[in-house]
Amino acid sequence: MAEDILERVKKIVVDRLGVDEADVKPEASFKEDLDADSLDIVELVMELEDEFGLEISDEDAEKILTVGNVIDYIKSHQ
Amino acid sequence: MNLSLEGRTIVVMGVANKRSIAWGIAQALDKAGARLIFTYATERFKAGIEKLAETLENKDSLFYPCDVTNDEEIKSTFTAIKEDVGTIHGLAHCIAFANKEELEGDYLNTTRDGFLLAQNISSYSLTAVAKEAKELMTEGGSIVTMTYLGGERVVQNYNVMGVAKASLDASVRYLASDLGKQNIRVNAISAGPIRTLSAKGISDFNSVVKVIEERSPLRRTITTEDVGNTALFLMSQLASGITGEIIHVDSGYHVIGI
Repeated sequence: MAEDILERVKKIVVDRLGVDEADVKPEASFKEDLDADSLDIVELVMELEDEFGLEISDEDAEKILTVGNVIDYIKSHQ
Repeated sequence: MNLSLEGRTIVVMGVANKRSIAWGIAQALDKAGARLIFTYATERFKAGIEKLAETLENKDSLFYPCDVTNDEEIKSTFTAIKEDVGTIHGLAHCIAFANKEELEGDYLNTTRDGFLLAQNISSYSLTAVAKEAKELMTEGGSIVTMTYLGGERVVQNYNVMGVAKASLDASVRYLASDLGKQNIRVNAISAGPIRTLSAKGISDFNSVVKVIEERSPLRRTITTEDVGNTALFLMSQLASGITGEIIHVDSGYHVIGI
């Protein structure tokens, strides 16, 4: 299951940000390592909401800074 | 007389991604046979729009940059469109912006700069663009913009954007009067909340959606397809006598009191 989440998140991040899959590591920061701007992050959050059937509050969305944050959030909210 | 837009060329401004209302409008116009011209604010959006346009039935779309805060650029964009296609028959203006920090809390805290920024991009841009577009609408035309209930009533957190939409609504009426002489109609669609990139910038947007699902007459939120269908109607000859109007495409939510 955990593997599956990582793969699904990777696919979304690669698709949205046009980065190499190899760079999408848990410690990677969206803004610093993956060159995401603020609109990219909002788009990413919306894709994640759709993919995992979640509703990510504004407050929680602000805390999502790295790929690892996303994985943890999904694990604890599914 | 029908909904066909065969042989019509329509400019669509404001596609950001597949969730954009502008994209829903583009899809509806495309199905009706229109040739589409897309404009984008910055290079950031260009590749995404081009990719989306590949999915359209008509493969002859054109793309131009157009920063609506820059009069020179608006002029050069429409000059380029004129050179490339000649006449246009419609324009969909789906552009708005306000600082995120002013889309929460009290309206009272709006700054002068934030107020003017919202007015500039979300309201004045329609007038600026209409002025150039009319030169290309030599066979008459239809201009459609996007507004929201927050310009008529208080919608929590909508704040400075509500005031900009009120000014946009008034512009629709004055432009309708000015451009009616050239058989150009100007209308606005007041869409209910849709989960777009812009909407997500409004504080606590998810809870607004729930209210619509529970309380609107149709008991559902609307889709970009709903808005696209109405835009298609307004662009078509079926709406030939309609101008200066604000049509609510909001599951009827605007009629609800308490």
